[in-house]
Amino acid sequence: MKTQPSVDVVIVGGGWAGLLMAKELGSRSSLSVLVLERGGPRKTADYFNTMDEVENWTRHRMVQDFSLETITLRHNDAQRALPLRQPGSFLPGTGVGGAGEHWGGVCDRMSPDCFEVYTKTVDKYGARRLPQDHSIQDWGVTYDEMEPFYTRAERLIGASGRAGNLRGKQIDGGNIFEGWRSSEYPLPPTKIPYFSSLFDSAAKSLGYHPYPSPAATPSGPYTNPDGVTRPGCTYCGFCERFGCMIGAKAQPTNTLLPVIAKHRNVSVRTGAWVRRIVFDRTPKGGKARGVSYVNAAGEEVFQPADLVILASWTLNNTKLLLLSGVGQPYNPATGKGTLGRNLTHQVSLSTVTAFFEKPLNRFMGSGGSGVMIGDFSSNVLNHNELSFIRGGILQAPSHGAGPIGNFGIVPKSVESKWGSAWKTAAIAYYDRTGRLAFQGEHLAYKGNYMDLDPNYKDYCGDPLVRLTLDWRENERQMANFAIARSVAVVRAMGAKEWTPSLGLESYDARTYQSSHLQGGTIMGKSPETSVVNPYLQHWQVPNLFVLGGSTFPQSSSARPTLAILAFCHRTADAIIDRYLKSPGPL
Amino acid sequence: MDSEFSHKAGQRRTAPAVDPSGEARLMPRRQFLAVSAALLGGVVLYSPEQGLFCAAAQDQVLHVPLRFFDSTQALIVGAAVSRIFPSDESGPGAKEAGVVMYIDRYLAGPYGSDRHRYTQGPFESGAGELGYQGKASPREIYAEGLKDLASFDCLEPAQQDKALQAIESSLFFSLLRQHTIEGMFCDPVHGGNADMLGWQLIGFPGPRMSNYDDVDRHFGEAFRLAPVSLGSGRPSEAEE
Repeated sequence: MKTQPSVDVVIVGGGWAGLLMAKELGSRSSLSVLVLERGGPRKTADYFNTMDEVENWTRHRMVQDFSLETITLRHNDAQRALPLRQPGSFLPGTGVGGAGEHWGGVCDRMSPDCFEVYTKTVDKYGARRLPQDHSIQDWGVTYDEMEPFYTRAERLIGASGRAGNLRGKQIDGGNIFEGWRSSEYPLPPTKIPYFSSLFDSAAKSLGYHPYPSPAATPSGPYTNPDGVTRPGCTYCGFCERFGCMIGAKAQPTNTLLPVIAKHRNVSVRTGAWVRRIVFDRTPKGGKARGVSYVNAAGEEVFQPADLVILASWTLNNTKLLLLSGVGQPYNPATGKGTLGRNLTHQVSLSTVTAFFEKPLNRFMGSGGSGVMIGDFSSNVLNHNELSFIRGGILQAPSHGAGPIGNFGIVPKSVESKWGSAWKTAAIAYYDRTGRLAFQGEHLAYKGNYMDLDPNYKDYCGDPLVRLTLDWRENERQMANFAIARSVAVVRAMGAKEWTPSLGLESYDARTYQSSHLQGGTIMGKSPETSVVNPYLQHWQVPNLFVLGGSTFPQSSSARPTLAILAFCHRTADAIIDRYLKSPGPL
Repeated sequence: MDSEFSHKAGQRRTAPAVDPSGEARLMPRRQFLAVSAALLGGVVLYSPEQGLFCAAAQDQVLHVPLRFFDSTQALIVGAAVSRIFPSDESGPGAKEAGVVMYIDRYLAGPYGSDRHRYTQGPFESGAGELGYQGKASPREIYAEGLKDLASFDCLEPAQQDKALQAIESSLFFSLLRQHTIEGMFCDPVHGGNADMLGWQLIGFPGPRMSNYDDVDRHFGEAFRLAPVSLGSGRPSEAEE
């Protein structure tokens, strides 16, 4: 095996988490930092002519190549897992910037009770309200501790929105149910397109509290604290699943790379597929010595490093630890072991498809624009009257609708799916159709977890990661609740016809839900129930840190990206201010 | 920053938006689809050999080079997609938009041969929610599916509809329907949506760099713009 010169820090994965850590360490220390990214290089200029729905939306140009690696999936332990052979319910990224290049840009904060999800739920409703097979637990950190890091993350990306709770003072027009903010958003809200404006009025008429969606598609030009300037969003509509043509939507390539490029102590090596964390076992745990990877030429390479940081997206972080034998794999039968447990997705669904009389001009919009209500959040609903616990956010997004992804949706009254009658109706309804979307909390259960698949292999010959994942009654009831409320809202919006979603049955990997898979290497207060401590440092291997959604013990109703950035900032501070002075457990 | 790179893991995603896959060039046969230009009325077409070219209305018949189908298959597929998305009172359809050319290029390219799908065995069937588990690539699904549509292009429209109803629940038909939508509404650089006919039908303006001044206006009224394409619009007459 070829050995590369040693570095102080090696970071696995060049997405939001890995590049943010590289930027922080590169700017604030003299450490040599190397980012290993298995995909190709990217820059803003690559996107100038990519407003191509076939390539990006239909053929998933920005997404991990499933011929090289995928996951296997089963609903429960009794089933044989099969590979997800093509992109479906979630879209992992590849290349520099990772999934942070093709995200939609909605950047809401989790509500404060999410971080203390066990305690807050039990305090309010008693332990008897928790589902029998839950594995819900607190995160080991509170919202108050996270608030400054959320603020830093919002300033990094130029979040656009309107505060609803400024240091405890409720502000109408923002999300009055959100956690307190130390300051207003860096930028005012994005523009509100027609469909979302109909939702705004209807929600108010029903007594709800609508607010503009927090967005990383900036409402105007923005210069962040690193001096990086991005233009304002132009609402071109080619946003989610696309890289931004003008570098407006916050992406790792346009927000972090310009800073990283200035620092000679940071390098990004592409085409490096990391397969193992190399570590020495000790009686108490171990010490990482670096990582091994396959390079562009197919050679095995050892990259020595004093500090190893995993930042390779939710599923792959868990896979790498499993393959490397770091930590104890979770066993659902005994409840022993922590690695792979608390796999959650999110209750992400289109609740209702509504048909309107007037055209919506819905080709205009951005991944971040829309209007939301927080009235169905866990901290607002009274669950004594409901058949589920926790909650979610309902929204009317205006992402910019492309014709391939949206043509052909017609009301139930049109029976055909092809031919003249269908075509005529589909053309008439094309720009008169809108959907509401709900993002709800997916509870953690003992039976939803990850391990290595015994049958299927990746490009390198390593086992695929196996997801054992299904919805439970709580998610189904929550979805039904959201669907019923959504129907009332579209009625108030003036819809002429509507088709409610069928709700959730078994976890369906065929159609896109969200890319918000979380868990597997979760943080927590105790090594008995978590893989990393609340500073995201591995409990048994102190010179190993894990970043990203894999560290979240449970999905919240917010999108995870902003929280991932906030936690990265917190870990960067802990490494620079404390760990480097005295390497060891934090 | 350094960059050592040509790993298989990253090659695909840096490909240009227009993917002139070299693969099909290796295919020995070269067949042509005869298209009545009078029907098209003077449209912009894309061919890998000529790039974008304009078919003038006075030409009687255009010979569009095929990359995957033979001309018999192309006529059948052309007839089938014309029943899925017909030309009728609501406007032009799959025939005028050149959907068959889109599908021909799709199948000839990397996605037709499943280059980006996970195709390691064992192939087993399981819960439907796990998605398509078959071994057959789109090329193979088309080749097999077309056997059920022999002489389809010679049938009367009513008989054609019956033949399609008979295969409505097949994977082949669902691909055909999906590809019809793609071929109607793709950017013309992919071979379909000739002259941006599909976009004109539904009022989609194509890749416009900015809607900043309009996104929060025109509430309740149709805001329609002449569409633009990635392929820099209509080529000069000289190219024809």
